[in-house]
Amino acid sequence: MIVAERKPVAEIVGMLSGVKRVLVLGCRGCVSVCSAGGEREVEILASLLRLGASKQGQALETIEATLVRQCDREYVDGIDQWAGQYDAIVSMACGVGVNFIANLRPRDIVYPGVNTTFLGGSADQGVWTEQCAGCGNCVLHLTGGLCPVARCAKSLMNGPCGGSVGGRCEIHKEVLCIWQAIYDRLDRIGRKDDINLIAPIRDWSSAGHGGPRKQVREDLTV
Amino acid sequence: MSFTPDIRVFCCHYTSQQAIAEGGEGLAADGFPGNAKIDRLVCSGKLQVSAILKAFEDGADGICVVGCPVNECHNLMGSQRAAHRVLAVRKALLELGVEEDRVEMSHLPRGFHPEFIEAVSRLNERTRVMGPSPFKGGTVE
Repeated sequence: MIVAERKPVAEIVGMLSGVKRVLVLGCRGCVSVCSAGGEREVEILASLLRLGASKQGQALETIEATLVRQCDREYVDGIDQWAGQYDAIVSMACGVGVNFIANLRPRDIVYPGVNTTFLGGSADQGVWTEQCAGCGNCVLHLTGGLCPVARCAKSLMNGPCGGSVGGRCEIHKEVLCIWQAIYDRLDRIGRKDDINLIAPIRDWSSAGHGGPRKQVREDLTV
Repeated sequence: MSFTPDIRVFCCHYTSQQAIAEGGEGLAADGFPGNAKIDRLVCSGKLQVSAILKAFEDGADGICVVGCPVNECHNLMGSQRAAHRVLAVRKALLELGVEEDRVEMSHLPRGFHPEFIEAVSRLNERTRVMGPSPFKGGTVE
């Protein structure tokens, strides 16, 4: 999922200076799962924004709503139902949702309510960890399913580096050396020799270094 | 300046037994602040962050959440969940430049205990010193 966390409330209150009516808009996708921008978080943020405005001696009207997703045109178009009832939108979706609202609703003012942090999974209740960098050229078939791009501090393609100690990364002892983990896993699944495969120099253009990425599926286009 | 704070107390079914048994008059006789309103919950773990914030929106100056002892909750983890939610509210208050001590979690034994009265009285006195909630408006920074 795309993992996010709510921005500091004071930062959002600052964005809304002069705004009297705000649509606090959640998303039932990834940010609901990681408890950053679903229905419950919308209710909390709306309350905090009203409190923040009250503290400044101002009144703030809030509309609380949550879309199925904010990364699809048909759901974003649903914002029409609140037309004329808000001066600005605080989107609690990931950055994709904020961009989609800005793309599709040129006259709407939209602010981000969360910081989009990474692509990850829930390692434990209330704990999320980065697992994928969305680099566009997956090598997981060579690394036992563990990603060196997202999970190695240096994104090494031929690791480990010389800083790995006791299976831990040199940047912090809490960080797993993913290349040690890759080696251990390849050994467990009988593919230890794969560690000797030398990955060629990587073309990072698929990872966004070649500009914004776009994907077209002609079998799906209309 | 004379100020009587609006104190809200969210307490679980078990830690509020004293309030149920004694009623308002009995509690007052024990020294329970008359300006504190009790909201009884089936379990403190049922309390949501939004309910605490709503209490501030409704005019609370201080909020006391009372649940079972950390490892003796009738519902196992309920009071621990409540404590985490109180921490989330305290963090949000700090972000808004408001005293985090306006909301407090207490883990107390079930039944009749003076600690229940003491916990609320302590919050009441502290809130009296802090003054009215900044959320009541008019304080332009």
